[in-house]
Amino acid sequence: MDELRLYTWIAVGGTFGLYFFLAWWARAGSTSEFYAAGGGITPLQNGMAIGADWMSAASFISMAGLIAFLGYGGSVFLMGWTGGYVLLAMCLAPYMRKHGKFTVPEFIGDRFYSRTARIVAVVCLIIASVTYIIGQMKGVGVAFSRFLEVEYDVGLYIGMGVVFVYATLGGMKGITYTQIAQYVVLITAYTIPAIFISLQLTGNPIPQLGLGSTLADGSGVYLLDKLDMVVTDLGFKEYTTSSLGSVEMFAYTMSLMIGTAGLPHVIMRFFTVPSVKAARQSAGYALVFIALLYTVAPAVGAMARFNLINTIEPVAGQNLEYDQRPQWFKDWERTGLLQFEDKNGDGKIQYTSNAETNEMVKVDRDIMVLANPSIANLPNWVIALVAAGGLAAALSTAAGLLLAISSAVSHDLMKGVLVPDMSEKNELLASRIVMTLSILFAGYLGLNPPGFAAGTVALAFGLAASSIFPALMMGIFSKNMSSKAAIAGMCSGLGVTMLYVFQHKGIMFIPGTSFLGGMEPNWFLGISPNAFGSIGALVNFGVAFAVLKVTGPAPKEIQDLVENFRTPHGKIAAAHDH
Amino acid sequence: MEARSYWQENLRLILICLAIWFVVSFGFGLLLVEPLNAIRLGGYKLGFWFAQQGSIYTFVGLIFWYTAQMNKLDKKHNVEDQ
Repeated sequence: MDELRLYTWIAVGGTFGLYFFLAWWARAGSTSEFYAAGGGITPLQNGMAIGADWMSAASFISMAGLIAFLGYGGSVFLMGWTGGYVLLAMCLAPYMRKHGKFTVPEFIGDRFYSRTARIVAVVCLIIASVTYIIGQMKGVGVAFSRFLEVEYDVGLYIGMGVVFVYATLGGMKGITYTQIAQYVVLITAYTIPAIFISLQLTGNPIPQLGLGSTLADGSGVYLLDKLDMVVTDLGFKEYTTSSLGSVEMFAYTMSLMIGTAGLPHVIMRFFTVPSVKAARQSAGYALVFIALLYTVAPAVGAMARFNLINTIEPVAGQNLEYDQRPQWFKDWERTGLLQFEDKNGDGKIQYTSNAETNEMVKVDRDIMVLANPSIANLPNWVIALVAAGGLAAALSTAAGLLLAISSAVSHDLMKGVLVPDMSEKNELLASRIVMTLSILFAGYLGLNPPGFAAGTVALAFGLAASSIFPALMMGIFSKNMSSKAAIAGMCSGLGVTMLYVFQHKGIMFIPGTSFLGGMEPNWFLGISPNAFGSIGALVNFGVAFAVLKVTGPAPKEIQDLVENFRTPHGKIAAAHDH
Repeated sequence: MEARSYWQENLRLILICLAIWFVVSFGFGLLLVEPLNAIRLGGYKLGFWFAQQGSIYTFVGLIFWYTAQMNKLDKKHNVEDQ
């Protein structure tokens, strides 16, 4: 076994051992501990746990790669995936915490005094969470197969086993403490390579400042100016100004922001703190911990793009000989994620924007973060750390999603609708069984990723943005909002968004069923399906207020319930049941 | 009408925060990005900086400011939950 694999096994094995220990130490004994960690988590702890819960394989592995190739256009992810926390902190989390229930569908059911509303919310939650889990499971499989050279399947089974132990044993309590540990692992793994690379390129160890500094080669040229110059020389769009189109960027950023605020596995984490004040504070801490990664990511992306081009064409016109290519190039060629084709037969590598002459036939965006440490010649222990960090990001998000699904099924569907007189002990058992089934289902989807896996992120954010977020906002800020109006709004927002996504990407993403085609000329106002959640949300608000006008306001006792959760003090009003 | 004035003051704070939230991200980062890019912040073009750095720092500051203001407001109206 070579040195790198040994280090990687130590890093991965060590962190997994830690997660098991925490799970055993923080095992859950009641439904309150299982769903909401007994309400005893401090804001600082919760902030870290939210950070790990939120930052998935996509944030850790894919985002910097996307930014590297989109440049300024990649800003939609940076603003979209952080701006939602402002909405959570001010508009949602404090009032939902005051109401004091375990799940998002339960809040919607109580506020809209309707079982139908609760069931609609459960359906949205399950679709959004399951589509999200597929990506995490794939992330686990890929990380294992790339770094530990075990089969993809075996990696996936190991990942499922680890999640099974700590999620079913500890519920929310166990998940919270492991997520805190996972946050520390993933942020260390993300920032250390970034610090090294920033230091190499600019002499400034802080990546956020390094990105705005001059190059360390003595030329006195700013890194971003040089990057703009080399990418335009190769025929690509200028890095710092390459836009996706302003309507599209606006709609996309808005969709991601309100989608983030409406994702149930994130909202649930705010039910674990002891007070309304603590709920507000934990949103602030959460964003600090998230911002640590999100402000480093643009530096990682830009520097990775710079290093990649610099390796291939160190001086303009002097291209790298294919036989002289570095080891990391060969490693990633073996995975098929990097492909070279010597089109003009000169034995050198030409990388340009022109599809006819470009010889870097494939540069998968996902390899940028993973290959970054080797491109920059960093020591092996740093590469081992990145493997452990990627796994921590995928596992922590998977656990949070699994808990959201299992609590929706056991608490909202079984206890809330089907078997209302279930004892607490049986409910706890039921939620553990549902959790186990969800893990098996998620594992199955990871082994047989449906063809539509790539398109599903659009669906998860679209659903959360167009159905859950508006329903919660109206439930809190409009005292009159009635059950009929809210259900009509949720269904139409959801319907419009799904219709738009399906008509351009195929029904359930099956190729050939997209009746308007994926072509840009058919996009409404030039908005892509990924960015359509914000339009769906507008439809939701519009329909709900129109129906409210026709059918009349919510009853007095519901208006009192709203008054009650708007102020932090006093008892929670008795749950309303129909 | 103690509860009503508490809620009105809370809404006012939320509106102030969301206005700033909108201006730094959608305003400076997207709609006004081109004119702002004429201004430099070290190696950063200012509009680009707001889109990839500045908006995020502002979001963090906003949440802490709002939390502090709400703690004061809770005390003033005597509605703290602990």
